[in-house]
Amino acid sequence: MPKRILQVVDSAYRATLEEQDDTVLWITQAMKGAGGDLSVLLRGSAVNYAVRGQDASGLAFGGKRQTQPPRLAEDVAKLVEKGIEVFVVSDDLAERGLERGDLIAGPKAVSREELPQLFAPYDMVWHW
Amino acid sequence: MADKKSLTFVLMDPPFENPRTTTALRLIDLAVRRGHDVNVFAYEGAVYVAFAKQTPHANAVHGRDVEQEDHPIPKDWVAAILAEGVKSGSKIDWVQCGLCVDERGAGECVEGPRRGSPADLLKFAETSDNTLVIPTK
Repeated sequence: MPKRILQVVDSAYRATLEEQDDTVLWITQAMKGAGGDLSVLLRGSAVNYAVRGQDASGLAFGGKRQTQPPRLAEDVAKLVEKGIEVFVVSDDLAERGLERGDLIAGPKAVSREELPQLFAPYDMVWHW
Repeated sequence: MADKKSLTFVLMDPPFENPRTTTALRLIDLAVRRGHDVNVFAYEGAVYVAFAKQTPHANAVHGRDVEQEDHPIPKDWVAAILAEGVKSGSKIDWVQCGLCVDERGAGECVEGPRRGSPADLLKFAETSDNTLVIPTK
């Protein structure tokens, strides 16, 4: 049985325009593809990754237009499709004025009070 | 060494930007000095920690030439840690994230680290006693 790893994403939009994704969501997908057992918890400003309707297109410098923007909500949805559980901290959503209806389908809301129980079954919790 | 452990460190910061790089290398150095086996996964900007073209400089503000300045160069710290591992019996496996290297043009690094992928990080995590992630903030 592979070790269970919970990836806690706290720093949001860290070089996402340059990387075309969040590097932790990316490495989570890659490690899942290599046989890993991983889940993701979005907390702090990273809860915004699950918000529908984000549009980071339009970046241009001089005549150089960036044609492929990051699509964070789509990336979160792909994690769920691949069997990676994604959690969002409900208190962090509320503090930012976000409601459940603002989010894509798939991520599960957990409160801060529930985090210890969420962490308990994992062999490792990696705080990014 | 009866209580020899296998420890994995994930680094993400480039050198010369914040104290996390130095702190991470101090932790790695301590583990190596104590003879533990150490894996390092250098992710994103951290592939520059072992970059071979880092060059020490003089510092006119300090009034010192390059020799007097003894400018700290992280690649030299990495090399020293790897050399310490030979003395202490610590097995060190330092992996540079290959795609991170490519997008930064950081292919030249000191002798010792090898190119790898997230699959190496997964293997490290599966086989280590513990893993510490030190991310960019």
